[in-house]
Amino acid sequence: MTDQFPDESSQQQTAADTAVISAESAEAIEVREQPSVWSRLLRHPSVIIGGLLLTLIVGLVPAAPFLTSLDPTDISPRNRNKPPGFMTVHKDEEGSKYEVKAVMGTDKLGRDVFARVIYGARVSLMVGLCVAFIAVSIGLLIGLLAGYFRLLDAIVMRFMDGLMAIPAILLAIALVSLSGASLFTVIMAIVIPEIPRVVRLVRSIVLSIREEPYVEAAISVGTPTPKILYRHVLPNTIAPLIVQGTFICGSAILLEAILSFLGVGVPPEIPTWGNIMAQGRDLFQIYPHSIFYPGIFLTLTVLAINMLGDGLRDTIDPRMSREF
Amino acid sequence: MSAPVLSVSNLTIDLPRNADRQHAVHDVSFDVAPGEVVCLVGESGSGKSVIAFSVMGLLAKALTIANGTIQLENEDLTRADETRLRELRCTRMGMIFQEPMTALNPVMRCGDQIDEVLQEHTDLGAGERRQRVIDMIEQVHLPDPERMYNSYPHQLSGGQRQRIMIAMALILEPVLLIADEPTTALDVTTQAQILHLIRELQSERNTGVLFITHDFGVVAELADRVAVLKQGELVELGTTQQVLSAPTHPYTKMLIASVPVHEPPVRAAIPEDAPVVLKTEALDKQYKSFSFGGGKQVVDAARDVSIEVRKGETLGIVGESGSGKSTVARCITWLIQSSDGRIWLAGDDIAKMPKRDLHALRQKVQIVFQDPYRSLNPRRTVGQSIIEGPLNYGESKADAWAHAQELMQLVQLDPEGLDRYPHQFSGGQRQRICIARALAMRPELLVADEAVSALDVSVQAQVLQLLEQIRDRMQLAMLFITHDLRVAAQICDVVAVMSKGQVVEYGPTRDVFNNPQHEYTRALFDAAPGRDFAFARSDS
Repeated sequence: MTDQFPDESSQQQTAADTAVISAESAEAIEVREQPSVWSRLLRHPSVIIGGLLLTLIVGLVPAAPFLTSLDPTDISPRNRNKPPGFMTVHKDEEGSKYEVKAVMGTDKLGRDVFARVIYGARVSLMVGLCVAFIAVSIGLLIGLLAGYFRLLDAIVMRFMDGLMAIPAILLAIALVSLSGASLFTVIMAIVIPEIPRVVRLVRSIVLSIREEPYVEAAISVGTPTPKILYRHVLPNTIAPLIVQGTFICGSAILLEAILSFLGVGVPPEIPTWGNIMAQGRDLFQIYPHSIFYPGIFLTLTVLAINMLGDGLRDTIDPRMSREF
Repeated sequence: MSAPVLSVSNLTIDLPRNADRQHAVHDVSFDVAPGEVVCLVGESGSGKSVIAFSVMGLLAKALTIANGTIQLENEDLTRADETRLRELRCTRMGMIFQEPMTALNPVMRCGDQIDEVLQEHTDLGAGERRQRVIDMIEQVHLPDPERMYNSYPHQLSGGQRQRIMIAMALILEPVLLIADEPTTALDVTTQAQILHLIRELQSERNTGVLFITHDFGVVAELADRVAVLKQGELVELGTTQQVLSAPTHPYTKMLIASVPVHEPPVRAAIPEDAPVVLKTEALDKQYKSFSFGGGKQVVDAARDVSIEVRKGETLGIVGESGSGKSTVARCITWLIQSSDGRIWLAGDDIAKMPKRDLHALRQKVQIVFQDPYRSLNPRRTVGQSIIEGPLNYGESKADAWAHAQELMQLVQLDPEGLDRYPHQFSGGQRQRICIARALAMRPELLVADEAVSALDVSVQAQVLQLLEQIRDRMQLAMLFITHDLRVAAQICDVVAVMSKGQVVEYGPTRDVFNNPQHEYTRALFDAAPGRDFAFARSDS
């Protein structure tokens, strides 16, 4: 069949044709490139501020052992409820005493709040990231299938509606009472009600993309369905999902704190910002520092993530800016 | 001649700095006299809509008037502030838009929307206003004005909505009416009625009309004078007779020569023994929907469609929107499943074939869609899009790529373009790429679903010529779906006219065009704008 396309085809054009085509090609070359997503991101104020703040907070995780020599779980009755700036006395392994300044004071068991806050960042950030990653991955898969296969859609979406009706806190309480408090239970409890939101987002994108002529063109050139989903549909969902992921991350950190505060979250011996606040609750009016400092960190983290998410949405969400 | 109602002089409008050219409109001057229809005609991007919007004071913020004046009855609109412009709109100048559905508020009754104009600009009482709105609805020849007053836009047809828009624009008897492609979204028979209505109301009231269009047929039908725009510059201005019959500027000549003629040319006969590539027998497609309370609803999108295309032949399916022509195309390409009937593709009945067996046959029929901007995945290079199909059928990447390079040459594009992305090409070029992608499958039948409808007239002519060349060279059978009779006349050997899901007339193009038998076909031909006008034909 290839023989049917003689090489001289281009030479057979009339002079007028050639002129038109060269004019058209010239026009194509003149099309200006849009500034890349990265350069636009780096110019967006809320991306810069949110990004910097988050980098600092994430930096606490590996830096924690260097920032304090104290163990966040070390109970010290003589150092109970000391205000910020108090010089607390500790013993090392050989029994010799040394003094450490409690920058953020100590809690009712004499544990150093500063050590607890910076070690607590680990759990809080891990919960946020894990929830965002798991919810987005599962939601993406279900959303793709539900959006593309109409038969599946009716069943899956009704099930999702049901899931959405379960409050995270009730679910957490139920899970904890079934399997005991653990990090895994908390992550699951937050992930489950988050999935339907991702599914709805992905499904709505897939519903509009599957009607695009380029998807129909792929069908008519015999592309198998999994390839169509992967090649033509999936890339359109990535940008909005990154944005949605940041919001999920922020709200998961907040929710974890709420669950811990209520006593149904991560076991109390593991420091998380929610746990630290929960344990400072009894003496909050006399010693506000044990709630104040973790609260500040929690607020800044969620603020940073949300700012980053807002900035990302402005720059990469195709509904906000037409790239193509 | 009396003083002009609108006088645009030396108007220059700047584009934002990063645009592809400096000016949207450069040094444009023209007048519109009372009772005169001036058509601004040009291809997309020529700046014709920008002029309309600048007169109404509705220019986008990014565009600035750099120079010149726009005088409405001797008042310079470029110096008028927002309050003054608001007073002038509707009272002295009215505007109608292309899409009447989006130009009307979907949650307000049509009558209330017209009434809003009166509320804003007059001191009339409620009863008086209502009477005036009803009178106006009557004047735009809408049936049952009371019911129209209380209808919501979605309850009306496209033509009726456009009549409501016209009523709204003309109720305060402005001296100038600006119409921005008001009939482009309408079917040809509705278009003829709307053009007639504009003509009638305009001459009754002695309104000056600035009519924007890309369609030379509409120009011939309606205009007193024509201004031709090219990339923001006014290249020719004169009476309709002068410009259309004896154009002087090369660009105008080229545009007019590109307008397909209504008269079908004599075409080489298809050999009697040419094999039949596609044949449908009593093809049916029904859309069924269920709703609570409403029960089962069945819409017949296509009924009893029997057509036949032979190798090397082009069959045109012509019809208005909703006539079922695209449904037929989609059944044949198996994008949707037909409800009943048979589809013979190169000897196999594909209508009821299981999907597994269909895969091998898909290759034989390929489709080119209407919208070149949406038919290519913006994230994939042109080359990736073209070789996608052949790779699905086991061709090696190197072979597919080499073939793609040949195809790029065949569609008269530079093979280097394979590595570029679709947004780096113009609409016409993208449509060529889509044709190359379809041809990469080495099909026996090529379905073109309104493939040239979204293109400018000069590009349209080139793509039509290309399709014809390819069909002849590769001896393809082609199914050409279009609403444009002039395009059908140029490219089709045989036409099937569809109306309400059925083929009402079917025969060789020349016979159907010269001697239409069915009432609907005759109505369709009569409505074609500028049909009897003698356009300049430098090439014939």
